[in-house]
Amino acid sequence: MISVALPQLSRRFEQPDHYGPRDQTARTLPFRFIRLDGDRYVATNLAGEHIVLPRGAIVDLVNGTTRPDDPRYVDFLRKHFLIDTSSDVALDLLAVKYRTKQALLAQFTGLHIFVVTLRCDHACPYCQVSRVSSDKLAYDMTTQTADKAIDFLFRSPNPNLKVEFQGGESLLNFELIRYVVERVKERNVTEARNVEFVIATNLALITDDMLQFCLAHQIWISTSLDGPRALHNANRPRPGHDSYERTIEGIQRCRSVLGHGAVSALMTTTKKSLDKPEAIIDEYLARGFNSIFLRWLSPFGFASKTAGALGYSTDAWNRFYERGLRYIMKLNKGGCRIREEYARLVLRKILTPYATSYVDLQSPTGLGLSVVVYNYDGDIYASDESRMLAETGDRSFRLGNLEKDSYEDVFLSDRLLTVIDTTMTECTPCCADCAFEPYCGTDPVFHHATQGDMIGHRPSSGFCNRNMFLFKLLIQMLEDEPESAAILRSWAAA
Amino acid sequence: MIKLYGRIRASRSTGEPLIVRLTSDGELDSTVRQQHAYLLPNVDLSNAPRGFAATVSVSDGDTPLPGGSDSLHVELPQELGYLGPGDIVRLNTQAREVRVLYRVNSPHNSLFVTERCNSNCIMCSQPPKDVDDSFLVQDLLHAIPLMSPETRELGITGGEPTLLGEKLCQLISACREHLPETGLHVLSNGRLFAYLPFAHRMASIGHPDLMFGIPLYSDLAHQHDFVVQAKGAFDQTIRGLLNLGRTGVKTEIRVVIHDQTYSRLPQLAEFIARNLPFVSHIALMGLEMMGYVKMNLGTLWIDPVKYQRELSQCVHTLDEAGLSVSIYNHQLCVLDRSLWPYARQSISDWKNEYLDVCQDCSVRDHCGGFFASAKLRYSDYIQPIPPDQVTCSLAPTCKAVGSSSCP
Repeated sequence: MISVALPQLSRRFEQPDHYGPRDQTARTLPFRFIRLDGDRYVATNLAGEHIVLPRGAIVDLVNGTTRPDDPRYVDFLRKHFLIDTSSDVALDLLAVKYRTKQALLAQFTGLHIFVVTLRCDHACPYCQVSRVSSDKLAYDMTTQTADKAIDFLFRSPNPNLKVEFQGGESLLNFELIRYVVERVKERNVTEARNVEFVIATNLALITDDMLQFCLAHQIWISTSLDGPRALHNANRPRPGHDSYERTIEGIQRCRSVLGHGAVSALMTTTKKSLDKPEAIIDEYLARGFNSIFLRWLSPFGFASKTAGALGYSTDAWNRFYERGLRYIMKLNKGGCRIREEYARLVLRKILTPYATSYVDLQSPTGLGLSVVVYNYDGDIYASDESRMLAETGDRSFRLGNLEKDSYEDVFLSDRLLTVIDTTMTECTPCCADCAFEPYCGTDPVFHHATQGDMIGHRPSSGFCNRNMFLFKLLIQMLEDEPESAAILRSWAAA
Repeated sequence: MIKLYGRIRASRSTGEPLIVRLTSDGELDSTVRQQHAYLLPNVDLSNAPRGFAATVSVSDGDTPLPGGSDSLHVELPQELGYLGPGDIVRLNTQAREVRVLYRVNSPHNSLFVTERCNSNCIMCSQPPKDVDDSFLVQDLLHAIPLMSPETRELGITGGEPTLLGEKLCQLISACREHLPETGLHVLSNGRLFAYLPFAHRMASIGHPDLMFGIPLYSDLAHQHDFVVQAKGAFDQTIRGLLNLGRTGVKTEIRVVIHDQTYSRLPQLAEFIARNLPFVSHIALMGLEMMGYVKMNLGTLWIDPVKYQRELSQCVHTLDEAGLSVSIYNHQLCVLDRSLWPYARQSISDWKNEYLDVCQDCSVRDHCGGFFASAKLRYSDYIQPIPPDQVTCSLAPTCKAVGSSSCP
């Protein structure tokens, strides 16, 4: 760099060039790059800091020929792509930042999913696991099984534990939810962890009694809302065709008892949703939500059998997602605050030193390390998708059974450890060289289900294609659209 | 500006300087009288209680010092007439001087621990001197037990306090023992904490409310090193911050804004948010027109009005990253209105002043005003804010909002 002499500086002091590097000893630190569009490339360093460069600047960076008087030279220094004789503290900082990104690993499993029943009042064609049945014995979790699951919960060293009740329709076995919450709270008097409870429910069956229990124990509610009435009811059939009405009414009732922020909603995108991103987002706004998670349809369980009626290509998804995200940007620019949750998770990885605990965007995988599922029958799975896959007969990600196996048997099993160490993106083909690796993650269940092996083939992977599209879209918006960039930056911090 | 130093007259000479707390309690327990000086209501010594280290009065002109007594009597100059019970002074009868070490009613007490420094910042307001001043700490170790345990905060400043090494740790331990409720804020360049054992030693004191305020002037090593005039200082300071973070000692980053630092404020904010997000606070500070600033004014001076864009970006980036950020030493009339909520009245009471033009300003009571040294150079844009230009952007910090004194 060129230092300007300061004629007015007292002669008792050294001029700036005394402190700048006068020789060309810059060394390149580890980085990866990928084409963004046209002449532009994205380079990322070990800790996920990024910089967008024209091709010529990438060539210089790779060859180590960036001149100190190139204005990009100092950007390379401060973002830790280069190091020169003026400072070597970049190595310490990179190490700290790398540790920070991986810090959640040390806490171990935080999310514990209790599948309290498989029974459900809905018959959604995209659902992977539910049964419309009145046979309580066959599809409900027993208190004995729940006790074992609670033992496992407290074996996790994580100071922050989240207990999520899933189904089927979890409210059909509310007695067990009540039992688990009370037992966990009892145990926690001595365990002293931060325990959070969430019930995933379609809300159709919620009663005042249940709400009072949720209020007393500060239980969060997570429900499903797929979009406007016609779309929601088409996606989520139940006797009476009133899923939408019951959900909306349920949301209002939950809010009036538990408070506005205690209820969140998730949407699933089907083929019928693809031309309605605006209407879906408007529905969320109209219901008073300030965020929406645009979710891709998982190709598991029943969903893959009905893929013809519900499924769509990755390209169709990408078009839907971009249209939705651009609509959300437009709303924000008009003063309406709403954010998209998947983008927020990715932006947090791009723009902050921190990681997220979102299971599908981690390496090593979040399977077992971030999440574990206790199925109604005592079987233990590495994730929600793992048990959905099992309902189609593929038990590849079943880790054991609460009755038969110890905590050590499960978490030190070859089956789990093999998944973890063979699918780390730091060393899987293509991922290891990808500039977006710090923002991405590994999804062994998806690749096993769609491509027949846990590592998979990236160029034809829907997971890779979707995420790659999103990373490029977000970085283009951050670079080219100042107004959108300001909104996206505010999400990362939230 | 309040004076903290003055010439005295003494009835006799003592050997070592005396560190005493002033009192007007003539019934004070005799066991502690030797640590106190009795404030006489007048110069009449005849009824003065006995057993105190000294009796003290404020000069009323040319009255001769009362004699005829073995006990020490000291006459303070009139400008120190504000001193009262609970204040602590150092009386040097040989040099005939008094230094105020502590004022019980001030929120801005600082322990000045050394004049030595291992940096030589181009804008230093307190240029370092390479002298043996270890007596300063010895005096303070005597003074600390005399301070009010209700003191809310104490500063520790220099020079570079960490050059004292173990002595600094002793001083902080003494504060922990005698002033357990008092927050300690140490101004340090942090370089010596690049030695991890020293950071561990500091952490091991277990002071419940200790923070190190550490300057960082650029995201680029060579620019920071130039400002502090020490090669390798950036790396040491960064390692020091990391080590303090690692050992659980709270830190604050302090940035003095001048012509050599303003242009990279946005990049510095990004660097801090990405690399040092564990710091408790970031203070962005205006230039104090003291010390080296006089000789380097041409290199350092920029009208604050001209760096509002960089300052706004910097504040916004830090705020968005969830970091706590404040602006010190800036007058409200030169700050962007959007920055008012971050502006603090930060100048110590003893060097704080306002200009004549400020008299008609409707936000004067919320404004940090000027260092007493500011007359050397101040912004061309100082102007009173008329009441109709005051928006409630002050609301987040202003205690007056909603009350009758609300502007």
